[in-house]
Amino acid sequence: MIENFLGSTADVGYNRPMLQTARPKEKPGIAGPPHERYFDAFGWMLLARTFEEKLASLYRGGRITGGVYVGKGQEAVSVACGIFLRKGDVFAPLIRDQAGRSAFGEPLVDVARTYLGSRQGPMRGRDGNIHRGRPREGQLAMISHLGAMISVVVGSLMAKRWRGEKGFIGLTTIGEGGMQTGSTHEGLNIAAVEQVPLVVVATNNHFAYSTPNEREFACQALVDRALGYGFEGYEVDGTDLAACLDVIGSAVKRARAGRPPQLVVASILRLAGHGEHDDFSYVTEDIRKQPFARDCLQLAERFITENKLVDAETLRAWRDQAAQEVEQAFSTAQKEPVPEGTEEDWCAISTRVLCDQAE
Amino acid sequence: MSITYLEAIREAQAKLLRDDKRVFIYGQDVGGTFGGAFKATKGLAKEFPGRVLNTPISEDAMVGTAIGAAMEGMRPIVEMQFADFSSIALNQVLNNAGTIFWRTGISCPITIRLPSGGTKGSGPFHSQSMEALYSHYPGLIVMTPATVEDAYTMLIEAVAIDDPVVYCEHKYLYYHLKADRLPSEGLPVGQARIARVGRDLTIVSYSAMLHESLTAAEKLAREGLEIEVVDLRSVKPLDTATVLASVARTGRLLAVGESFPWGGVTAEVIARVAAEGFHLLDAAPARVNAKDTPIPYHPNLWSAHRPSSDAIVAKARQLLRE
Ligand SMILES: Cc1ncc(C[n+]2csc(CCOP(=O)(O)OP(=O)(O)O)c2C)c(N)n1
Repeated sequence: MIENFLGSTADVGYNRPMLQTARPKEKPGIAGPPHERYFDAFGWMLLARTFEEKLASLYRGGRITGGVYVGKGQEAVSVACGIFLRKGDVFAPLIRDQAGRSAFGEPLVDVARTYLGSRQGPMRGRDGNIHRGRPREGQLAMISHLGAMISVVVGSLMAKRWRGEKGFIGLTTIGEGGMQTGSTHEGLNIAAVEQVPLVVVATNNHFAYSTPNEREFACQALVDRALGYGFEGYEVDGTDLAACLDVIGSAVKRARAGRPPQLVVASILRLAGHGEHDDFSYVTEDIRKQPFARDCLQLAERFITENKLVDAETLRAWRDQAAQEVEQAFSTAQKEPVPEGTEEDWCAISTRVLCDQAE
Repeated sequence: MSITYLEAIREAQAKLLRDDKRVFIYGQDVGGTFGGAFKATKGLAKEFPGRVLNTPISEDAMVGTAIGAAMEGMRPIVEMQFADFSSIALNQVLNNAGTIFWRTGISCPITIRLPSGGTKGSGPFHSQSMEALYSHYPGLIVMTPATVEDAYTMLIEAVAIDDPVVYCEHKYLYYHLKADRLPSEGLPVGQARIARVGRDLTIVSYSAMLHESLTAAEKLAREGLEIEVVDLRSVKPLDTATVLASVARTGRLLAVGESFPWGGVTAEVIARVAAEGFHLLDAAPARVNAKDTPIPYHPNLWSAHRPSSDAIVAKARQLLRE
């Protein structure tokens, strides 16, 4: 028996259970850390924000080739996606998941390496920015095409099940924009058909690039789709770190315990452009005043200070440490060699003898 | 005993499932007692419980799932019900499977079976040959077996290869081709085969068009013309060396394919020979392809759309006059 989000208990490990969807419960009025991982999570959020601020400034200085995509405002959701995963799990993050990637164990230097094209990075200059990962360590490297990674995680989980591994789960993220692709539909459906231990966290940040929700979908609430797919569905206020840890953490637990695939839909506002090239002037003042537009990092920090959970000095020390780690990551990556066209191995398959010799 | 091209594909899969625990088959209607739209997996679900799985009609997710499983060490075989429907999975095949090794250094050993090519009455959406499209993109191996023996050994090899393989099996050959027995070994993948020896003209072909080409060569032989016929076997990698060696013997090249003309395999063959063996040619190379329209339904139209042995003979005669 496990406790589900509604506070009731349910049998686990059966085939076609009654599915559940729920809206968030009231937050408990507590004065201590509202979740045991709250400070850990806050640390990863801070690191992600600090890293991405540095990244954006390098971009503005013309030091980064290609795009820069940040997760400003989405750190609470993202960190909750990565922090409950462990070795043996599969994580397929997307474009705004710096916090979650770090929490799952991606070294910061790998991020700097990928943006700077270092040959020692996981992508070796062959791919850049958010398109990075180390599949052997359960960090899948996203392709751009939104929705395509969902079924890939399903397959990884099936393979683990076949091999007799136990207790693993997969978690993948998607935006409300990406929720509208055919690939996402097929991926969610096949996940439920295969009954794999999967959590899908969809973040509605109210814009897909510049397109607002009204032109993206017409259903009342994206979470309602969960039932239609055979998922269990939950909503969460993505600006609230404690709620994210609670709701996504519970979804991870349920998936591990053998319940059907889980969909969590978080609501936030993207607090940056789609990429750093974008001034997001299409986000009106009106929208910026909505409750979902609050900054999750500021809210968490205010919660910590207002409740005197940590003193100002400690907070400052955390910030300094984050800044140091960021400096370290970039200075290491900057010293590493970049790839050269003349020295590159231009064979796209691993079976070298079968490489086609066309010019 | 005689065994068909289709039975060879089934037998290869049975052997793969028997010999390798990592292999599973994933596709629409492949499981249960049904065994696939063409029965290429008949009986396998019963013989190998839990390893021959029906899927929803979700070509994108079928391939995505196979990719994930392959990266975790499995050897999935995905059956597309018809090659034509693999268009829905193009993104997963081209952008995911085809890029994984290059980007991450992890190999992606999936095999995608495409029941390809035209048969009478099948129309625009159950007749296509997609090999050129898949070959255009990096990171994939594309096989086009033309014989029962190759159907068998190449499928076994496809699954053994550590990279994504698009295996184009021709529906027209399913029942038409028979062999006495299955071989234990074939030519290595990537090596073309001289299917008929000649000295007046080289026809380069593959898949079902090999047989039209051989028929054409037979007809021309009655006029005393000796046509050499090359079976490419795999179109990617393309065995340029064997083709060039043949053209060196004959001085003339005719490339024959069942696919649409624009930018296809025949164009690639001619481009390579022109670029690397221009001096070997005594006449401008020529090609015979399907017409540049959707594939028609009515047999009268279909047989005119698709290259026939007569069309090949006519083009060969023209080339030999030059
Ligand atoms: C299939 C596909 N079409 C278009 C794009 C280009 N694109 C990249 S991100 C993006 C917006 C995505 O919006 P959403 O999924 O809501 O995520 P967000 O960027 O808001 O985090 C678009 C259109 C893409 N990556 N994939």
